[in-house]
Amino acid sequence: MRRRPGLVADYRSDAAIFRTNVQRFWLAVLLVAVVVLGLGGTLPLIPGLLRFSLAGDLLLLGTTAMFASIGAIGLNIATGYAGQVSLGHAFFLGIGAFTGAVLGGAEVTRTVIDPATGEAGEIVLLVGYGLDMIIWLPAAGLVAALLGFLVAPISSKLRGLYLAFVTLGLVILGGHFFREAETYTGGVGIGRETGAPSLLGFRFDQDGEVFGLFLSRTQKLYFLGLALLIVLGLTARNLARSRVGRALAAVRDRDIAAEMMGISLSRYKMIAFVVSSFYAGIAGALLYAAIGRLQPESFSLLLSIEYIAMVLIGGVATVSGSIMGAVFITFLPRIVQWMAQFWIFGFISESSVGGFVTAAQFEQILFGGLIVGFLIFEPLGLYGIWIRVRNYWRAWPFSY
Amino acid sequence: MTQFLQALFNGVALASIYALIALGFVIIYKSTQVLNFAQPALLLLGAYWVVYFATVLEWSFWLALLAAALLAAATGVVVERVALRPMVGKPVFSVAIMTIGLNTVLTIVALDLMGVEIRPVGDPWGIQVVKVGSVVLAHRQIAAVVATIVVVAVLITFFKRSRMGLAMRATAFDQEVALTQGVSVSTVFALSWALGAALAMLGGVFIGSGIGLDRSASVMALKALPVVVVGGLDSIAGAIVGALVIGIAESLSGTYQPQYAEFLGRQFSQVVPYLVMFVVLLVRPYGLFGTKEVERV
Repeated sequence: MRRRPGLVADYRSDAAIFRTNVQRFWLAVLLVAVVVLGLGGTLPLIPGLLRFSLAGDLLLLGTTAMFASIGAIGLNIATGYAGQVSLGHAFFLGIGAFTGAVLGGAEVTRTVIDPATGEAGEIVLLVGYGLDMIIWLPAAGLVAALLGFLVAPISSKLRGLYLAFVTLGLVILGGHFFREAETYTGGVGIGRETGAPSLLGFRFDQDGEVFGLFLSRTQKLYFLGLALLIVLGLTARNLARSRVGRALAAVRDRDIAAEMMGISLSRYKMIAFVVSSFYAGIAGALLYAAIGRLQPESFSLLLSIEYIAMVLIGGVATVSGSIMGAVFITFLPRIVQWMAQFWIFGFISESSVGGFVTAAQFEQILFGGLIVGFLIFEPLGLYGIWIRVRNYWRAWPFSY
Repeated sequence: MTQFLQALFNGVALASIYALIALGFVIIYKSTQVLNFAQPALLLLGAYWVVYFATVLEWSFWLALLAAALLAAATGVVVERVALRPMVGKPVFSVAIMTIGLNTVLTIVALDLMGVEIRPVGDPWGIQVVKVGSVVLAHRQIAAVVATIVVVAVLITFFKRSRMGLAMRATAFDQEVALTQGVSVSTVFALSWALGAALAMLGGVFIGSGIGLDRSASVMALKALPVVVVGGLDSIAGAIVGALVIGIAESLSGTYQPQYAEFLGRQFSQVVPYLVMFVVLLVRPYGLFGTKEVERV
């Protein structure tokens, strides 16, 4: 059997995380590449390595992509693995982001003089507890998960499109409360500072020396993202191949049949929502902690659609697909900027106004077009393209 | 009392706009099983043509309305033929997501055409009002209510009396059986998209009449989603009842919430439709008039 890597002969190997050594090898290569891209110029041992490192802004984009990947994996658990279409991911991202900001952020008060008594008193403008990341990060996930738990009973009664509507309503209602709860969120157009990403005193938001290497703050956040992505990605992969994951797939494929086989629909739909919201909460908290500021109006339907697009473009019900999708969507604005330089895309205006379409608009059009295109031509997403390429070369020179 | 009656009337006027947009949703969903999230974009685009014909080309408003209706219908047909036809037989959800993508593209086009400023629709109503007792009725509100009643009456007659209406009902019932009976299902698909787009356009005109049209109109169109969900996705009567429920709830909460429940925040009435939707779905998972799905394993 060892010499027949393509042959799956028992359930154990069918459910393995890595089916073949080739997969392990390429994953290792990929990891090394990602680490080198991140470390880049700080590793002076190998000459010429500097050229392969990512420049500062690209590195930040890469960091964002990793945090977004965590969110996309979360959405994929609910939508891809369990088939529960959720347009409400932005709501859970927002809950995570604000929980993180409230627990980790600083309190803002203003001294006012009471006109009646003439005494100075303090009113709290922004609630903040200034806690460590070891508290606010898990808390962000848990609070989001709790809300997922509360929403789950509604969702377990509903199916398909009606569920999509309810989750859409969740985003709109959530958006309202994000805007109005000003002492927690800072209000529209103002926003608030997020919690400092400092883990037990180790600051991820300041440049500093780690294991003898001088790392910039972006690099530190990059590796934080990488570490969390590996942990949470493997967790998701393990969940998917466990009893729970198989139950979720059964619910997705035919919920009535699944129920007949003794799978409790409400229970597994709840699990899917809770886990998905947990991931969203973590991702939301981290995404905005990396920037340092967040605003209540960021968590709109558009953000939900962006995550749906990550899942659809990347690949439904695959962890690696979610990551591919998240990376792709995060880098899309940059790709569009780059495209705008060529004469063939001369209709894209590089400034923010004027021209036939602006870069931001073209990005949105591309975005919509990509969703449409992938749904029509490659429902499996980037992951499906990768599978086809792989199979082509595996069978080469034969077409099948 | 005056306040209540005023709120009620405003609610009905709002409901008539919602009903127009929701009818478009329902007609498209019933005959093609496509949930059309692109309705907001079709609304913006359609209403823009009225703006263009009536204020830029300075045609008469009614001529502009007719031309825009034809153009909107044509847009609907093209969208259906280009984007939705290849998706026949795909899972309902994929198609729904795809209409979201479509919405993004069409909205950009519409907004690009429209520009950033608020555009007058060129309607004859303006902001004139009549007073009945102490209740203020704006002409544009009366026009919206009357137009909706007329449109609904025409649509019902069309579905009940005409051959094409019968074909549409047959297709809604079962596409394959309709096909075997000689109904041209593709014509039905095209026609329902044409109707849906034209209805959205009409809704857009009434949103914009008097106060002018800008990008916020698509937010209004999005509120037609709770309307169809409350009524049930596949029920025309449901769309109208749902519109009334949502419109009146929104208007009443807009009047009374700032007085009695201020802690819920400013503009709470804007999210009331979604709240109503939640409550209704908790009690009736398929809306008030929706058909319960029957499934075999």
